[in-house]
Amino acid sequence: MVVQTPGAGPVAMAPPGQLRLGWWTRAAVHAGLATAGLSRRLGLGAGSIIGGRVTLALDRHALRHLAAGRRVVLVSGTNGKTTTSHLVAAAVRTAGRVAHNAGGSNMADGAVAALAEARDTEYAVIEVDELHLAAVAEAVDPAVVVLLNLTRDQLDRATEVGAIASAVGRALARHPSTVVVANADDPMVVSAAALASRPIWVAAGASWLGDASSCPRCGQTLTFTEPGWQCACGLSRPTPDWWIEDSKVYTADAVLPLDIRLPGQVNRSNAAMALAAACAVGISADQAASALREVDVVAGRYAVVHRGGQDLRMLLAKNPAGWAGMLSMLSEPRPLLVIINAREADGRDTSWLWDVPFEHFGSRQVVASGERAADLGVRLSYAGLDHCTVADPLAALETLPPGQIDVVANYTAFHQFRRRLSREREATG
Amino acid sequence: MSGESTVEIGLLLPDVLGTYSDAGNATILAQRLRWRGIAAEIRTITARDVPPTSCAVYLLGGGEDTAQLFAADWLRRHDQLRRTLETRAVTLAVCAGLQILGRSMSDSKGQHYPGLDLLDITTAPGRQRAVGEVVATCAVPGVGSLTGFENHRGVTTLGSGTAPLGRVLTGTGNGTGEGTRYRGEGVLTERIIGTYLHGPVLARNPALADYILRQATGQTLAPLDLPDQAALRHTYLGRTSR
Repeated sequence: MVVQTPGAGPVAMAPPGQLRLGWWTRAAVHAGLATAGLSRRLGLGAGSIIGGRVTLALDRHALRHLAAGRRVVLVSGTNGKTTTSHLVAAAVRTAGRVAHNAGGSNMADGAVAALAEARDTEYAVIEVDELHLAAVAEAVDPAVVVLLNLTRDQLDRATEVGAIASAVGRALARHPSTVVVANADDPMVVSAAALASRPIWVAAGASWLGDASSCPRCGQTLTFTEPGWQCACGLSRPTPDWWIEDSKVYTADAVLPLDIRLPGQVNRSNAAMALAAACAVGISADQAASALREVDVVAGRYAVVHRGGQDLRMLLAKNPAGWAGMLSMLSEPRPLLVIINAREADGRDTSWLWDVPFEHFGSRQVVASGERAADLGVRLSYAGLDHCTVADPLAALETLPPGQIDVVANYTAFHQFRRRLSREREATG
Repeated sequence: MSGESTVEIGLLLPDVLGTYSDAGNATILAQRLRWRGIAAEIRTITARDVPPTSCAVYLLGGGEDTAQLFAADWLRRHDQLRRTLETRAVTLAVCAGLQILGRSMSDSKGQHYPGLDLLDITTAPGRQRAVGEVVATCAVPGVGSLTGFENHRGVTTLGSGTAPLGRVLTGTGNGTGEGTRYRGEGVLTERIIGTYLHGPVLARNPALADYILRQATGQTLAPLDLPDQAALRHTYLGRTSR
């Protein structure tokens, strides 16, 4: 039995491996793992979601039981969750074993699966969908919550950004001993984290403020004056505890190198957030910083896939903010393949394509692809971009020259495309 | 061709009512004029600006509840703009933008807020949010089927002399007329086109865009053939698309 003392600092820890799960939770975990294994053997996928669901169906408190006694870091926000959680996990791994939902299954079932697959770890780093943050935090009583940014994503199932920010805020207020590592440059995040009792503010930047030009608290227009922002109602940018200058991260009493391998300013911001989170769970800053340098591919993203004479650089962007963060990575005039789907996990509404500044893409060869290739094609025409439209992404590659190609896809399109590429490789031996 | 004055398109409050990417409608109207050799300029009008009254078309988009009340208040404070919308310009108002132009809006606590009173409509919250694809038959001759994505909780009741923009075939639209033969989508008056449809609505329904441009400029417009446009309509309307 693990006794938790609410509000008394980080959760008192039992030594890892000595935790006793109740027999019913143990049975639920075994059933889930067996289902996941079966799903993998049948080639249906990684099995973590179905396995987690089975465990949760048998024991709805499984997440609480599995998390008990571990130091848990939750990573949430609209963009950068997967990348940042990989960076945090790399840093924390220097101090001990880590359970991590590395594949990006970021709802309660994915968290359960990650904890069930690595039972006796001291730490857990869990990426959590921002809509599920409140429920997961309630169950795992996290040592640290990382809140990267809150912008529009999948409005069709998420209602509106402001509502998400207030739900997250209420959840954080219920965990007074949790350290909240929050982005001081994102007004939505600040309005949510304002209720946290132990915030650490990171000036991580905001690549897109399209949803944040009016105050999340009162609706008035925010005033942005570099580097800050404020509202007449009193909400303003907190003084950062961590900030980035050139390729270094600064705190009041330390300077750390930030020479990571992942591309783009947006990943330097993710790395700064990851460093702050790792330090908050007691990892030494130098140790954490050198661990971040080892990360180069994150769940298939940033990987370069060779196919025929083409080198495909695989990038994922699923909303206007994600695209804005990616623009600096797309500065070379390489040919570009964009693949867009509109399945449930992508959001059914493709309107967001009109908030991506395709007008700035200059002259490069562009192919529009995916299940919503026509939506994208019409958008590109109005942006004045010459392009061709080929719905099947593998057929689309045939229209592009050999050499380096940037591939940007949204969520289900990215995973579909990766699966097809790897199946193709297996078939050709 | 050239020599004519530039057609100004006023994008109202994209900083406040920008949640659903409706600003794309401004790009679409401007490009459809330019492609026909007519000069067009988008005037982006934020809450900090004094709104110009020279635009031929004004656009209002969708937004969140707090932002919507702020926008209604801002519009009421700019009386010359209000008069322009009432007497001269053509306005496309989407979702929250549509509701603002009505007589009143109320929230879930029953609190009433005044609108701009340019349309004889009132909006109250419905039991549940309407989220998903809408297909409607447009009341404007020649426009055919309307396709768009709705995402709102408003139920909008039209006054007896006010006509809807279209008749809902699938989806919710205004959310009134349940169980009757005619479920309405949006509002259509001489100067105002109101709708719940995002997409943006003019990307999916180019004939509606050209209707707005004809109303605003008084010019006849040559047909445009945009690649992917037919495929886009087919995506959402299937074989019945036109």
